[in-house]
Amino acid sequence: MLGEMTSSTIAPDHVATTVIRTENLTKIYAGGDLKAVDELNLTVATGEIFGLLGPNGAGKTTTAGMLTTRVIPTSGSAVVAGVDVVMHPAIAKQFIGVVSQTNTLDRQLTVWENLYFHGRLFGMSSPSSRETADRLLEQFQLSKWAKASVYALSGGMAQRLMVARSIFHSPAVLFMDEPTAGLDPQSRLALWGILQQLNEDGQTILLTTHYMEEAEQLCDRVAIMDHGKILALDTPENLKHSVGVDTVVTIKSSGDQSLLAATLEKNVEGVTKSRVIDAGIELHVRGAERLLARVIAACEAGGFEVADISVAEPSLETVFINLTGKELRD
Amino acid sequence: MASAEIVYEHSPIVVGPRRSAYAASRAALAALLLRDVTVLRKDLGVFVLRTVIQPFLLCFVFLFIFPKIGQSVGGAGAAAESAFATVLVAGVVGISIMFQGVQSVALQMATEFGFTREIEDRVQAPCPIWLVAFEKVLSGAIQGVISAAIVLPIASFVHASGVEAHLTLHWLIMLTMVPLACIAMASLGLILGTSFEPRNIGMMFGFIILPITFLGGTYYQWTRLATVQIGSFHWLQTLVLINPLIYVNEGMRASFTNVPHMHLYVIYPVLIAFCVGFLSLGLRNFRRRVLS
Repeated sequence: MLGEMTSSTIAPDHVATTVIRTENLTKIYAGGDLKAVDELNLTVATGEIFGLLGPNGAGKTTTAGMLTTRVIPTSGSAVVAGVDVVMHPAIAKQFIGVVSQTNTLDRQLTVWENLYFHGRLFGMSSPSSRETADRLLEQFQLSKWAKASVYALSGGMAQRLMVARSIFHSPAVLFMDEPTAGLDPQSRLALWGILQQLNEDGQTILLTTHYMEEAEQLCDRVAIMDHGKILALDTPENLKHSVGVDTVVTIKSSGDQSLLAATLEKNVEGVTKSRVIDAGIELHVRGAERLLARVIAACEAGGFEVADISVAEPSLETVFINLTGKELRD
Repeated sequence: MASAEIVYEHSPIVVGPRRSAYAASRAALAALLLRDVTVLRKDLGVFVLRTVIQPFLLCFVFLFIFPKIGQSVGGAGAAAESAFATVLVAGVVGISIMFQGVQSVALQMATEFGFTREIEDRVQAPCPIWLVAFEKVLSGAIQGVISAAIVLPIASFVHASGVEAHLTLHWLIMLTMVPLACIAMASLGLILGTSFEPRNIGMMFGFIILPITFLGGTYYQWTRLATVQIGSFHWLQTLVLINPLIYVNEGMRASFTNVPHMHLYVIYPVLIAFCVGFLSLGLRNFRRRVLS
């Protein structure tokens, strides 16, 4: 379905499968010498949901800002939908849809008018703007709010309206900056559903997030960023395999936690990394055979009493910790 | 709502054809103006009230209450009171134009930059960023022209019996001066709106708007300030020349009355210069605020 649509419905000048390409894209903000984004080379293909994952200050938002023409790169180049965003920002914006972190809906307009005027802004005729506004409200289940002020919308509904508005002009890429930050869990799930559905219809999406679940659930490919650089880039599955860890074990016990961590790292075979976390000790282990028995035995041999023990598959968080030595959510 | 409940009509993504920067910008400008007209139409009552209240109060106090209680400005007697009325009515139209520029551009922009962050979406319009700011000025100027058209009749009717503003409309001057003054004041609004942090907007009124209003020749003619001097230096008449409102008010006097006013060949070029200066500075500020 997807293949069929991308080939038949994307306009001829966008047949190219690459929809975003950056070359040595760098941003140093005025008044600082820190590279917010450091020689970034990135390629995103048509039809992907691409995630930039990293902690606050990693350079995700700056990257998205440069691609959406709001941040002017210090050096390097970026092309979106075949248009150089630095040289021709006004033209590039025709092909860009943006959902920002904050609610930027027009407070003086109704829900319906927010959509209608967006269509007019992007050069659509009045009838086709009307029709699209009606259709999108229906699609995003906001029809009964059409005449309401945007002040009447809940956070989740406002977010849905912003997504509807951002895809109104059929952008080549939809940029979403931390789309589910501040949403309740239900709204977050609903938004994930919407994004997956849009993607099935061929919408290319680039999102920035510091929620690893979001990246794992949604993204075809994920770039893990820190300090303005991409540390790893692959599918979530491959990233998880790349760390060479099969299992993450969490142990809660009495006694000196760092001593326990050191003991286990030395005495349990296959432990690649150990660290003290809030809930106790976390071990990254390769080779899961008889793992729990071996860990408990090692604890007891060292004189530690195990209160609780649990195992989990490695996540993108594991990948991030392995790459940077720190947690994603600082 | 769970994701499963979303009823979704399949509508494959078709990326639109590439439009020229000119065509896209023209459509965007038209849409931005259309949006402002829609909002104006919705809030028409508030707009009219906001426009009328200050001129009405000024005329009511100076041209009705004062003559009634024998505290006339401009000298005692109907003739002197009428002469003051003539001066004041033109000035009232002038400050209405200025307040409209500040209201519709500066305050609007402060809200969009600060509290609502709407500007972040507005600048994603498929046109150069300066056009988004320029549209605000254009829209503010149009609202200024509408206010002038509402205020002039009201200001000329609110007065005590026996007091009358002697108005003579000089059409050619009026039809060029009013729009020019409106663009200049809306551009002033752009500078103020992009220079002051939204939280400091109160300061803007205290330190900028008030001095401009009181030293802007609303209640007196610029030509009369010649009598205020130190030695032979007309210090006040010279000092107020930095105030753009002086030229607006003198321009209104030239448009609506036969009273002496600053020369037109000074008013026009200086107002045009203020337009160019305010606009270029304001657009630069706007760009700096929006881009990083």
